[in-house]
Amino acid sequence: MLSIKNLQARIGDKQILNGINLDVKPGEVHAIMGPNGSGKSTLASVLAGREEFEVTGGEVVYNGKDLLEFSPEDRAREGVFLAFQYPVEIPGVSTINFMKTAVNQIRKYRGQETLDAVSFLGLMKEKMKLVEIDQSLLNRSLNEGFSGGEKKRNEIFQMAMLEPKLSILDETDSGLDIDALKIVASGVNKLRNSNNATIVVTHYQRLLEYIVPDFVHVLYKGKIVKSGGKELALELEAKGYDWIKDEVAVA
Amino acid sequence: MSTVITTKSLSEIIGSFSPGQEATESRKQAIQILEAKGLPAGKNEEYRFTPITRAIENVFTWKTENSPAEINSIDQFLIEGLDANVVVFVNGKFSTSLSKIISPANEIKIKSLREAFSSDSELVNSYFNKFVSPETDSFAALNTAFWQDGLFIHVPANTSVEKPLLLLHINDAAQAQVIAHTRLLAIVEARSKLSVIEKFNTLGDQASLHTFSEEIEVKENAALEYCKIQNDGGKAYQVINTNIRQADSSRVDTFTITLSGQIVRNNFTITIAGEKCESHFNGLYMLNSNTLGDNHTVVDHQKPNSFSNEMYKGVLDGNSKGVFNGKIFVRPNAQKTNAFQSNRNIALSPSSTINTKPQLEIWADDVKCSHGCTIGQLDEEAMFYLQSRGIDKTTAQAMMLYAFTAETLNTISNETVKNYVDALISERLHKNF
Ligand SMILES: Nc1ncnc2c1ncn2[C@@H]1O[C@H](COP(=O)(O)OP(=O)(O)OP(=O)(O)O)[C@@H](O)[C@H]1O
Ligand SMILES: [Mg+2]
Repeated sequence: MLSIKNLQARIGDKQILNGINLDVKPGEVHAIMGPNGSGKSTLASVLAGREEFEVTGGEVVYNGKDLLEFSPEDRAREGVFLAFQYPVEIPGVSTINFMKTAVNQIRKYRGQETLDAVSFLGLMKEKMKLVEIDQSLLNRSLNEGFSGGEKKRNEIFQMAMLEPKLSILDETDSGLDIDALKIVASGVNKLRNSNNATIVVTHYQRLLEYIVPDFVHVLYKGKIVKSGGKELALELEAKGYDWIKDEVAVA
Repeated sequence: MSTVITTKSLSEIIGSFSPGQEATESRKQAIQILEAKGLPAGKNEEYRFTPITRAIENVFTWKTENSPAEINSIDQFLIEGLDANVVVFVNGKFSTSLSKIISPANEIKIKSLREAFSSDSELVNSYFNKFVSPETDSFAALNTAFWQDGLFIHVPANTSVEKPLLLLHINDAAQAQVIAHTRLLAIVEARSKLSVIEKFNTLGDQASLHTFSEEIEVKENAALEYCKIQNDGGKAYQVINTNIRQADSSRVDTFTITLSGQIVRNNFTITIAGEKCESHFNGLYMLNSNTLGDNHTVVDHQKPNSFSNEMYKGVLDGNSKGVFNGKIFVRPNAQKTNAFQSNRNIALSPSSTINTKPQLEIWADDVKCSHGCTIGQLDEEAMFYLQSRGIDKTTAQAMMLYAFTAETLNTISNETVKNYVDALISERLHKNF
């Protein structure tokens, strides 16, 4: 589904990604861990099409197409979804209106009929249940004044609405209390099937107890320096990153 | 302060009008001021960014009659679904045949100002030309000297006028240029309530020059809602002097939207001459192509314990120019004044310009005042967020701008008017969400 080869990217003069390689197949869950500032969010942004970052080398093939050629909106329409580490507050734009526009633009792109107000509300009610998000929150301006946890929950609600093929969750667990974490994780799990894939960026093993990864990768200085199974996350939790940094230094 | 434009063209301008027979004293005086000061040219601080005098010199020919107006129906200018008293001016003339008053006569008096000079002379004499100052603005002087027609409104005490008043200024410049100088004098007596909506529409491709001077007195405990819609097409040049004076415990809500025209200059002054007043003073300019929209506003706090909140926003596209100047005066005895002002602008195109200047002059010490002017682009992070959900760039931009403008409409309480303005904004943004 997704094949990243030797991806390099920078912002301004600052090189951030230094040759990322990653293969994701349908049905898989990949966890990406790594110290602060190692480039995890940058990778997520580059995949979602943030123009601020300049791709300086490598390629990203998504379902047989060159993902980097697509505009951000077309990537979303092709099924890429990024749950932001820091969701943006947009005063004056209601979440409902925003989602209706998004859903219908995506449906149009895919050659599906657009939803009228009634069927849209029906869909929304159904997805709201999945992440146990309150209607009153969605009536408000997009993320404006939302608590950290509410913003994260809203991200997963949007994911549920858009039914992506490739979801990238950037630290969706940060800011969630334990109950919310369980709810959000179970929402993500319910959305999983053999045709879609998930990349979870996280610092904590705890989330991975609920969303169990098939692979765990460690990103360090813009490169994936170690990959393994779900036990790698446990090891990192116990030992931190120093031993990996040492390994990289030796190599 | 101002410099005389070429004396030749000024005398030509003055010579092209014959002053009407009402208010002859003030007309004479205004002509003297005009002769002494001329129209504002390049050096004039108040018109630095707005070269309307040059345009007037170049675009208009003097000593010509206005072209005959051919307006048989006003349907296209109305606000759909608005049940209102409709007053129509066509090429500067009050049209009784196109106007339609539906409120009972004991609720509101609406008539030609020229007529009111004899029928309501006492009121007219105590208020006419008292708030508009030919001394400070030469266009007010031009208007005071040569006004052709006007509107007189009187709301007696303890009366809430149920139906709003829709004032249509139609300039038909299809055949030839139009020059119109009109006036409004309104008195809302104590504990009364009035809502006024003004629309400006120009037809045809020829140039039009419209000066309009308004004087509105809002008495003790009275309330005025005022909405100005400037959606003039083509080569319309306008200078509007709006002066509202508030007495004790009165409330004023205003909304001014400027969407098109060639040069639109609004001199808008709210004088808070009473205590415990409230003024909500909003405006929105969304300009494109070569339109110049200039809002010079003044909030003059003369008495203690009042509150004013001014919020003007701008969206500039194409080669448009926006000008905002916000003066707040807090006079020495206007203690406990709360006065707020903000002017936020979004520049969409690199060839648009905006000049914004707050000017606070505070002589009292126990006051709360704040102001903020910003000029920015659309927030890129927010744009990316919307796009990352599958929303195309144009729609994302429209969503952000729509959200940006929304709060300026808060001073419009009439839902029909609000929806109408909302539709104008949506149309401007090509809103499709
Ligand atoms: N807009 C920017 N301008 C300059 N530097 C940037 C910008 N965005 C990211 N960086 C830098 O790129 C590096 C990688 O940042 P990134 O956000 O990808 O890290 P991360 O792995 O997600 O970290 P965290 O775990 O703290 O979220 C950091 O050094 C960061 O300062
Ligand atoms: Mg990050």
